[in-house]
Amino acid sequence: MIIAKKKPFAEILKALEGESKVFIVGCGECATQTQTGGEKEVAEMKALLEEAGKEVVGTMIPQATCHELDVKRLLREHKEAAAKAEAFLVLSCGAGTQAVRAATDKHVLPGTDPLFLGNIQRSMDFLEKCSLCGQCVLDEYGGICPVTRCAKGLLNGPCGGMAHGKCEVDPEMDCAWVLIHEQLKKEGREDKRKRIHPPKNWNVIRRPGKLAELKEKATAKAEG
Amino acid sequence: MGKYRDACNSGKFVISGEIGPPKGTNVERMLHHIDLLKDRVDGLNVTDNQSAVMRMGSLVVSGEIVRRGGDAIFQTTCRDRNRLALQSDLLSAAFLGITNVLCLTGDHPIVGDHKEAKGVFDFDSVHLIQCCRKMNEGYDWAGNQLDGPTDFFIGAVVTPESDPLEPQFYKFARKVEAGVDFIQTQAVYDMDHFQRFMEKAREITAGTNVKIMAGLVVLTSLGMAKYMNRSVPGIFVPDSLLEEMASVPKEEALRKGMEITARQIRFLRDNRVCDGVHIMAIGKEEIVPEILEMAGVSGQET
Repeated sequence: MIIAKKKPFAEILKALEGESKVFIVGCGECATQTQTGGEKEVAEMKALLEEAGKEVVGTMIPQATCHELDVKRLLREHKEAAAKAEAFLVLSCGAGTQAVRAATDKHVLPGTDPLFLGNIQRSMDFLEKCSLCGQCVLDEYGGICPVTRCAKGLLNGPCGGMAHGKCEVDPEMDCAWVLIHEQLKKEGREDKRKRIHPPKNWNVIRRPGKLAELKEKATAKAEG
Repeated sequence: MGKYRDACNSGKFVISGEIGPPKGTNVERMLHHIDLLKDRVDGLNVTDNQSAVMRMGSLVVSGEIVRRGGDAIFQTTCRDRNRLALQSDLLSAAFLGITNVLCLTGDHPIVGDHKEAKGVFDFDSVHLIQCCRKMNEGYDWAGNQLDGPTDFFIGAVVTPESDPLEPQFYKFARKVEAGVDFIQTQAVYDMDHFQRFMEKAREITAGTNVKIMAGLVVLTSLGMAKYMNRSVPGIFVPDSLLEEMASVPKEEALRKGMEITARQIRFLRDNRVCDGVHIMAIGKEEIVPEILEMAGVSGQET
């Protein structure tokens, strides 16, 4: 799940300066879960914009706004409204905002600040546990990711900033390395507690990430 | 080659001090401290943007210490540089005649004065130790042959008061395995705790020639002692020392702190608890010679 938070409304208004006709795009997936771009938040944004003197010419909530084809298709269904719009305000993650970008040449702006790939621990309680590093090392660390959950991404043990089992950066956050050692101890994996791990290969995935293998397979299947 | 390395290998009780580069171009005070200490200690650490606060670089200040006839211990953190920059600086250090490197993770930018900076941490301290070792063997991290190897005496740190301590010991063992030559500890105040720590540490270094220096930060006031206890991770000042600091009027607190440090140096040396001490006076380096006199020790002698 992509975790995001709402941008301050004043920031959005400033970005819309000189434009009065706005089309709002939400997202039926992550932004709905994080309550930043679901039906309720899109309606709230519409009311806020209208209160500020803007005209909301249309709204839509694709099932997943990062799906570029779906966004294009759905936008065609809102052709008239989209033609009137001067700006598209997107209440999803940056991937969704850029899917809208790919569907129109008009002003497209984000209404949220995307934060991280997060686990839903409880309703509205999210924690980042994976940073999509390109080469999963979880098995070496008892299923607890030091790349993500250590503030410095340290691969061979805690830093000197750990205090009472908590992180130097956030005293409320458990030190990932204390968790890793506790877990490996439970599993009796002394070998994993002792092993020296090499640094990450940061170029396993060249940024920007790109994966077309699946497309090739799909094409092959269709042709075959 | 290298006074600090020679002192470590000689079996004498090793003394090192610390220089904090200035925030700005005014080097007068720092040069005064270097000249005051360079012949009184075996080596002088130079901190690397300590506490993630931007300052003059440790590389060039370490070079200046060497140029003035002292021996520098070049502190290098993984916070500000990726593996290319770290190795490049290590080659530069060798060119400047620097032979001692202290490999550190580095504090997170968020605790410093450029809170919006990106922390690098491409390497961790264990990788940096391995990398120095490789460069000593004539290769860079990627395995390319160097046109002339380095000859570093490689150091790292450990935090004896880390809570919990066990993960810290595992990391310490990794550092020893990675090929460290010497260890400096985070500041220690409780000598009983430290003795117990050293017993375990010696088990880990058994069969190696790794030297361990106790880190001693001079207490300058009761407030500072309380602050360290409360706010600095991995530092524990026992009640007995807090009481001792509280027992004197404010204007005598620094002298009391110096007495405590001198007493600890004597204790550690006389009982052979560790192989030396690293004295940190954090900006008050002019008091270090007197502390050494009070303790009856001095660097660069047997």
